[in-house]
Amino acid sequence: MRLFLHELRTEQVLFWRNREAAFFTFFLPVIFFLVFGSIYGSDKIEGIRGAAFLEAGMIGYGVASTAFAGLAITMVIRRESGVLKRIRSTPLPPWTYLVAVLVSTFITFLIEAVILILLGRLLFSVGLPTRPFSLLVALIVGAASFAALGLGLTGLVRSAEGSSAVVNFVYLPMAIISGTFFSPAKYPAFLRAIADVLPLTYFTKLTRNIVVRHDHIWSQGGAIAVVVIWGAIGLVAALRGFRWQPREG
Amino acid sequence: MTAVAVSGLRKAYGDHEALKGIDFMIERGEVFGLLGPNGAGKTTTVEILEGYRERDAGDVQVLDVDPQQSGPAWRERIGVMLQSSSLYPNLTVRESLGVFAGYYASPRRPDEVIEIVELGEKADARVRTLSGGQQRRLDLGLALVGDPELVFLDEPTTGFDPGARRSAWQTIRNLRELGKTVLLTTHYLDEAAQLADRVAVLRDGLIVREGTPAELTGGEVETEIRYRRNGDEFVERTHDPTRRLHELTSDAIARGEELEALEVRRPTLEDVYLELTSE
Repeated sequence: MRLFLHELRTEQVLFWRNREAAFFTFFLPVIFFLVFGSIYGSDKIEGIRGAAFLEAGMIGYGVASTAFAGLAITMVIRRESGVLKRIRSTPLPPWTYLVAVLVSTFITFLIEAVILILLGRLLFSVGLPTRPFSLLVALIVGAASFAALGLGLTGLVRSAEGSSAVVNFVYLPMAIISGTFFSPAKYPAFLRAIADVLPLTYFTKLTRNIVVRHDHIWSQGGAIAVVVIWGAIGLVAALRGFRWQPREG
Repeated sequence: MTAVAVSGLRKAYGDHEALKGIDFMIERGEVFGLLGPNGAGKTTTVEILEGYRERDAGDVQVLDVDPQQSGPAWRERIGVMLQSSSLYPNLTVRESLGVFAGYYASPRRPDEVIEIVELGEKADARVRTLSGGQQRRLDLGLALVGDPELVFLDEPTTGFDPGARRSAWQTIRNLRELGKTVLLTTHYLDEAAQLADRVAVLRDGLIVREGTPAELTGGEVETEIRYRRNGDEFVERTHDPTRRLHELTSDAIARGEELEALEVRRPTLEDVYLELTSE
């Protein structure tokens, strides 16, 4: 437990100290919320107010940027720079390390979700979630699944230089196709077909139904199932592809 | 007391036999140098001892534990400095040492380590602002912060300027005075000659020579005699330098000649190494 708390604290310091990464993974969804919220916050999208639609969408975008993209890039850089290898030579147990990294990622994402919800309330008069427990469970399930996918993706990235290119290539189109910014209802059929299988579509739907439509988590079995299946795929990929040692040398 | 015992160690990657059965022992408190060209098997050997790689055959005991069956308790007792810097660029020197100290049950104080590796002036500087040599010294500090019994140093002074190398050597000598065992791999033969109590030379997965630096450069090794006569350069190698020199000089005196640029030289560790590894 002492080791876990020590590593959790270290991970938080490392995340906030890396300004560029913190900007792209943490602040960008907040900035997008402010920008797009002021553009179409008052319009109606899928029968709800644009700002409320976007708030849930940016929570979805946030899980993809912190738990998926940010985590994947960080772990590839640490692997290739030999930091992971060095950590393996210390008495810190590998699982303690990984769990601390994941919990730290979740804390960051949780702070982000709280900021989005507060800004929605203050600037765009979006109501506060009436199902906080359901929302928390949804955020945990989503963060865990996307983190598993992020760790799985590290196995496909060979170099630190290539990590942000590969990861952005996967997650930016996913974020847009999945309807975090706009409703997929108006997309062409082939994009809607892709959106129908992406995990972010279902995580965003889940969040939207809980935050905006006040649904219970247990009425959302289908969406949760899709997110969890994707998480399981990520977990298998992570167990097969995650490496502690650099690819080179 | 033995710190490291290796016998019959073998490792293959596919068809390539990286280690073809090597044996060596390192006593506690000894500085042991592992030399050899790239691809000779140094890194494979060290990574097996550090517990990163599994062997195909042979016995390995490191601090009386098989690294393949090691756990956190064993890793409390070793320190590892990898071949390339592995640091967090956005932490300061002191914070980095604090992070790694936190992984050990009874670490050294970070300030004490900062003194050992002579980074006092940079203690609160971000790692990314350090020079390459300073980053390597921090790497060394991170290997020492757990107060290990056995330290693995993989090419610890690559990229150092001469002054920084000498001060790093002094740090490594201090480790021996503290009773630490050190396994050093290096390309620099003068480094091995300066620091190591014993060295082993690896070539193509086999140990081709092992002994103290003095043993490797003495004993059966031939002495080199060089001189010029009538503008031609002569180089002789002999096991019997006293007699040969006497013959040469009396011959020259008898003919009233001078042996120009006469030089008698014992081979350095580098000469021995080049001879062993170049065939």
